[in-house]
Amino acid sequence: MNISKVTGKYNNHKVFLYTLSTCVWCKMTKQYLKDNSVEFEYVDVDLCTEEDKEKIRRTIQDKGGSLSYPTTIVDDKKVITGFRKDLLKEALEL
Amino acid sequence: MTHTIEQTRKRAEADAKTFGYFLVNDAELLQGLMEGLKINEDRYGYPSCPCRLASGEFSFDRDIICPCDYRDPDVAEYGTCYCRLYVNKDIYEGKKELPSVPERRPIAKQARAFQAASTPKPAQKKENEPPAAEEREELVELIPKLWYCKQCGYVVFREDPPYVCPICKAKKEMFTEIKTKVKFFS
Repeated sequence: MNISKVTGKYNNHKVFLYTLSTCVWCKMTKQYLKDNSVEFEYVDVDLCTEEDKEKIRRTIQDKGGSLSYPTTIVDDKKVITGFRKDLLKEALEL
Repeated sequence: MTHTIEQTRKRAEADAKTFGYFLVNDAELLQGLMEGLKINEDRYGYPSCPCRLASGEFSFDRDIICPCDYRDPDVAEYGTCYCRLYVNKDIYEGKKELPSVPERRPIAKQARAFQAASTPKPAQKKENEPPAAEEREELVELIPKLWYCKQCGYVVFREDPPYVCPICKAKKEMFTEIKTKVKFFS
């Protein structure tokens, strides 16, 4: 699985994004995190192998997420679906 | 055949006009959506929704080809569609904010995008063993049927009736399955 890492000053939360390379809202979410110097990792699900996609589906659903993009997982437990500045702010204490 | 972003935009504009919608009034967002649609069209051969995971199998992705099956009910309920490409007049004119739209596509269909490569699954089961409930649901859904709109007579051959009749805008409930037997020559 091709996981990309974006480094940032603000790294006291583990932030992981499931995104689509074609999705403009996913791009905005990444940009928002970058603008706020938040460190995060992401994977573009549409570019993954079928095997990895299946693993990702299970991971997202196990954490109670829906299969919508972007799905942001904070500290392995909090799931945020969509580009929700308000929820990201709250979860990351920005 | 490849389309330029400009062609993709013109097609969306024409469709918005036909149905009385507008394209989102935010140049950056619109450009991003057009780019996503174009990538999907080049990649899969059809412009599937840039904000949803496509399987690459036309029959699985048919409902999310832009304009998707969920656009009309979403614009009616939220004023915009799932990816927010199409908006109603109030949102276009800035009288209302662009809201987030929850996913209306059934989870069983979303999950198919993850399993496309392994579907149909190899017959590992014993012949007489009934399929698990979840699987059964999926099998039923995969069989296309004939549906007709009781209001205008529009007929469509697909797994389930459209949310809204593309001809007369009648709701899904106005569709009835046409039960018929087709005999194929062997």
